[in-house]
Amino acid sequence: MTHKKNHVVELDDVVVRFAGDSGDGMQLTGSLFSDSVAFAGNDFATFPDYPSEIRAPQGTIAGVSGFQVHFGQNNIHTSGDLADVLVAMNPASLRASLKWAEKDATLIVDSDSFIEKGIIKAGYDTNPLEDNSLVGYNLIKAPISRLTKEAVKDLDIELKAALRCKNMFALGIVLYLFNRKLDSTNAFFEEKFKSNPLIVESNKRVLKAGFIFAENVEAINPTFRVQPAKLKKGTYRNITGNRATAWGFLAASERSGRELFLGSYPITPASEILQELTKHKQFSVKAFQAEDEIAGICSSLGASFTGSLAVTSTSGPGLSLKSEAIGLAVMTELPIVIVDVQRGGPSTGMPTKSEQSDLFQALFGRNGECPTIVLAAISSSDCFYSAYEASKLALEHMTPVILLTDGALANGSEVFKIPKVADLPVINPPIVEPNDPDFKPYRRDEKKLSRYWAIPGTEGLRHRIGGLEKENITGNVSNDPLNHQLMVKLRDDKVKRVANYIPEQKIIGKDSGELLIVSWGGTYGVMLTAVERLQEKGKDISLAHFKYINPLPKNTKEVFSKFKRIIVCELNNGQFVSYLKMNFPEFKYEQYNKIQGLPFMVSEIKEKFSSLLNE
Amino acid sequence: MEESQIKVPVIPELTKEDFVSDQMVKWCPGCGDHAILSSMEKVFPKLGIRKEDFVVVSGIGCSSRFPYYMNTYGIHGIHGRAAAIASGVKIANPELSVWMITGDGDCLAIGGNHFIHVVRRNLDINIILFNNKIYGLTKGQFSPTTPKGAKTKTSPLGTIEIPFNPGELVIGAQGTFFARVTDSNPKMMVDVLFEAARHNGTSVVEILQNCVIFSNNIHALITSKETKENNQLHLKHGEPMLFGKQKDKGIILRRTNLEVVKLGENGITEKDILIHNKFNHDTGVHNMLARMAPPEFPAALGVIRAVEQETYGQALMDIIDIAKNTSPLKSVDDLLNSGNIWEI
Repeated sequence: MTHKKNHVVELDDVVVRFAGDSGDGMQLTGSLFSDSVAFAGNDFATFPDYPSEIRAPQGTIAGVSGFQVHFGQNNIHTSGDLADVLVAMNPASLRASLKWAEKDATLIVDSDSFIEKGIIKAGYDTNPLEDNSLVGYNLIKAPISRLTKEAVKDLDIELKAALRCKNMFALGIVLYLFNRKLDSTNAFFEEKFKSNPLIVESNKRVLKAGFIFAENVEAINPTFRVQPAKLKKGTYRNITGNRATAWGFLAASERSGRELFLGSYPITPASEILQELTKHKQFSVKAFQAEDEIAGICSSLGASFTGSLAVTSTSGPGLSLKSEAIGLAVMTELPIVIVDVQRGGPSTGMPTKSEQSDLFQALFGRNGECPTIVLAAISSSDCFYSAYEASKLALEHMTPVILLTDGALANGSEVFKIPKVADLPVINPPIVEPNDPDFKPYRRDEKKLSRYWAIPGTEGLRHRIGGLEKENITGNVSNDPLNHQLMVKLRDDKVKRVANYIPEQKIIGKDSGELLIVSWGGTYGVMLTAVERLQEKGKDISLAHFKYINPLPKNTKEVFSKFKRIIVCELNNGQFVSYLKMNFPEFKYEQYNKIQGLPFMVSEIKEKFSSLLNE
Repeated sequence: MEESQIKVPVIPELTKEDFVSDQMVKWCPGCGDHAILSSMEKVFPKLGIRKEDFVVVSGIGCSSRFPYYMNTYGIHGIHGRAAAIASGVKIANPELSVWMITGDGDCLAIGGNHFIHVVRRNLDINIILFNNKIYGLTKGQFSPTTPKGAKTKTSPLGTIEIPFNPGELVIGAQGTFFARVTDSNPKMMVDVLFEAARHNGTSVVEILQNCVIFSNNIHALITSKETKENNQLHLKHGEPMLFGKQKDKGIILRRTNLEVVKLGENGITEKDILIHNKFNHDTGVHNMLARMAPPEFPAALGVIRAVEQETYGQALMDIIDIAKNTSPLKSVDDLLNSGNIWEI
C-alpha cells in the first residue's frame, strides 16, 4: 500500500454521529471523541440518543444506540441537525441512523457485520453496501471486526473481550479523519482500566489500528481540520446537564451555608443527579435514595424543616407522585427545589426521549390554590446556574421551586466555562435568631412576604406547622373563611413578588419589529442558532427565550407589545402558548410545536420562520 | 494555662408544663389518645434532652393531630408520609429526638411502604402507632388491622380481608425494637416509652387504643377488668413468662410452637416456663410472641424485641467522615476544577 498524499480541508463546524448496538459502547466512544475535541480547543455540544431497553435484541433497530457530537470554531449552541460523518457498527444502526445524516455524509461502516443474518435482522432486503442504495454518500467500508481481532491477536485476550474494543477502531478512524491526536484517549484508557493492563493495551492497539487503517485508505481523503473556537479566556470543562444541576446545588449549599439534602428515587432521565450527589459526601451531602418518589420529596421536606437546602429530583411520572407533598411545601412555606427532568409523556411515555410537556403539571398540577416558582434551564451548562438560582429563590423566598430541565439537556453535554463559587450571588435565607421575641411562625418579611425559618434545635422558637390551613401570623390551625382567603392571596402574592428579584426578559435582536420568536427552556440553543442565522441574512426577526416561567419577567407584556407577530415554539402540544394567552390575552399568538421526543432541528425552524416572513 | 474541660450542656430540669401546648385538645371525650398524650408529657421532660431538640411528626388521622398538642417543634404532614418526613428530619440533624405519631390506617395502609422501609433502615426514630383498628377521622371504615369479619361502614357484611399484625410486620421488616401496650395502663406506657426513646434505632410502640365512637371495646378481650388478668402477658426481660391473677399460668416452647400451661399441672414447674430475652437477634420467639392473641393465648405486652444493630444515622456519619478525611476535594471550586479541564 502506498502512503497517500493527505489533503486537509478547513471546516467551521462538523456533526459526527456514532451509532451501534446498545452493547457496542457508542456512548463511551462519543464522549471520548468529545474529550479529544475539547482538548483541541473546539466548542461543542453532544446528544446521546439511546433506547430505554438496556440490551434490546442484538442487531435489531430497537437496540440501536447513538451519540452525536457537534463541534466547531464558532459558538456551538446545539448538538447539530444532520451528521456530516456517521459511524455505523452494524446494518441496523446504518438503517436507523441514515435519516440523521446529510445526503453527502461520510459513512464509516463495519463491513464485517454486513453478512446475511445482520442484513435481514435490520430489515434490509439486499446488502446496502452493494446494491447502490448509498450512491452520493462517501462510503468507507472498514473491516472493523476482523482488523480489531488482528490488532490484539498476540495478546492473551479472549475473542469476546477483544471484539468489545471494536468501537475504539471506529474512534481511531474518526480521530484520523479530523487530524486529532490519540493522547487524550490513551490517557483515558490508562486511568479507567488501571487495574487491568491487558485491557489498556488492547484498547490502545485497536485505537491505533483504526487510525493507521484510515491513514492508508484512499477513500479517506481529504481529512478535515476544525480550528479552535474563539472562546473567552478562562478555564473550561465538558459538562452534562444532570451533572451541572447537581453541582449547582453543591455550590448553592456551600454559598448559603446550608447542608444539602437530596431525597430521590431512581428514574430516567434524572437518576444521574442522585448518582452524582451521592459521590460528594465530603461536602456533607445527604443523598437519600428513598423507597419511592413520595418519600423522596417528603424526606426532603423534613430536611427543609430541619434547616437543610432540600432538593428532590425526578421526571414527569415522579412529579405526579410528588404533587401532594408540593402542596404541603406550599402550605408550610418551606424552601425546597423539585427538579423535573422532563421526558416524553403521558404515563411512562418515552423515558429516554425529551419533551417539554410537563409545563402544565409544574404550573397547575396540585389541589387547591397552589402556586410555586417555576424555572426552566436553557442549556446543559445553564443547568448549573438554574439549580443555583432555584436554590437561592427557594431559600430566600421560603417557597418550593420547580426546576424544569429535560432529557436532552440532562444527557447532552457542552463546554462549560468554570465559574468561581465566590463570584456567584450571595444567598441569605431568613433564619430566625434564638429566642427572637417577635417570632411567630407565619409572620412575614414585608417586601418578599416570605415567612421566617425557625430551625429545630434553636432555643425559644418551638412551633408546629402542617398541611391544615394556618391562621395568619400565629400559624394556628384555622378554618376561618376570611383568613383562608387572606392566606391564599398572601401565598399567591409571595410568588408574584419574585418578579422583583429576577432579571427582565431579554430580547435577542431588535426589540421591535415584524416577527418575535418565543420559546422557553431547553430549546434555547436551536432557537438562538436559527434566529441568528436569519438575522445575518437581514431578516426582521427577534427571539425572546424564557427561563423564568412563574412568575414571568415583569416586562413580558411590553416585550410582546412591540411586535406584529408572535410565534411560540415548544416541544409539546402548546402549553406555554396557552399560559401566555391566559396571562396576556390581548396579544395574538401563533404556535409551532413538535412532539416527537426529539429536539427541534435548526433547519426545520429556519424553514418555518422564513416561510412566515415571506407570507 | 487554661484548664481543659469537657463542656457538658446544662439541661435545665424540665416538667410536664414545658411540653403542654396552648392549643385546645379536640379529641372525643373518653378517647384513648388523651392517656397517650398525658404519658408523653410525662416522658419527654425526663429524657435529659433539651426541649428544643424534640421534633414530633405525624401524618393524617385523629392521632396525627398530636403535634399540635405538644409544645415542641412539630410537623403535621400528609396522609401516610410521616415516616418519610421524620426520616428527612432525623437524617438532616441526627442530634434531634424524633417522634412519629401515626394510626393504623396512616401507618399500615397508605403509609405502609414508608413504614417498612424506615424500620428496615433502623433510623433512630420513635414510632408511636395508635392502633384502634378503624378509620376514625373519616368516620368508621375498616383499616388494615380490623379483624376479619368485622362490620364497618365499608364492610356491612363483615370484612373479607386478613388483617396485619403490626409486630409481625416490624419483625419481618428487620425491626430492632417492638413493644405493645394498652391505652389503659399508663404506668406500663410510660416505662415502654422510656425504653423506646433510649433504644438506638427505629422503635415501634403499638398502643392498643380505644376509639369510643367507631370501634368501642375493640380491645376489650385484652383490656376489660374481667378478662385482662388471663389475657395479658406482661413481658419482663430475664423473667419467666407468667400470667393470670395468681401468676399460675405460663408460656412454654414445645417443639416449634408456644403453648399455654398451668403451673403444677402435668408436672410443669416455673423452670419449664420460657424466659423472656428481648435482646435475642433471632426473630423466632419474638415473632410468636407478637402473634399471640386471645382467646387461645394472652396478648404479649411490654417490650417484645430490643436488639442492638447499627443505625442508619451512624452508618451515614461514618461514611461522611471517611469521605471528608480522604477526598482531595475540599470545596466546590476544587470539584469544578477537577478532572478534564482546559485553559483558553
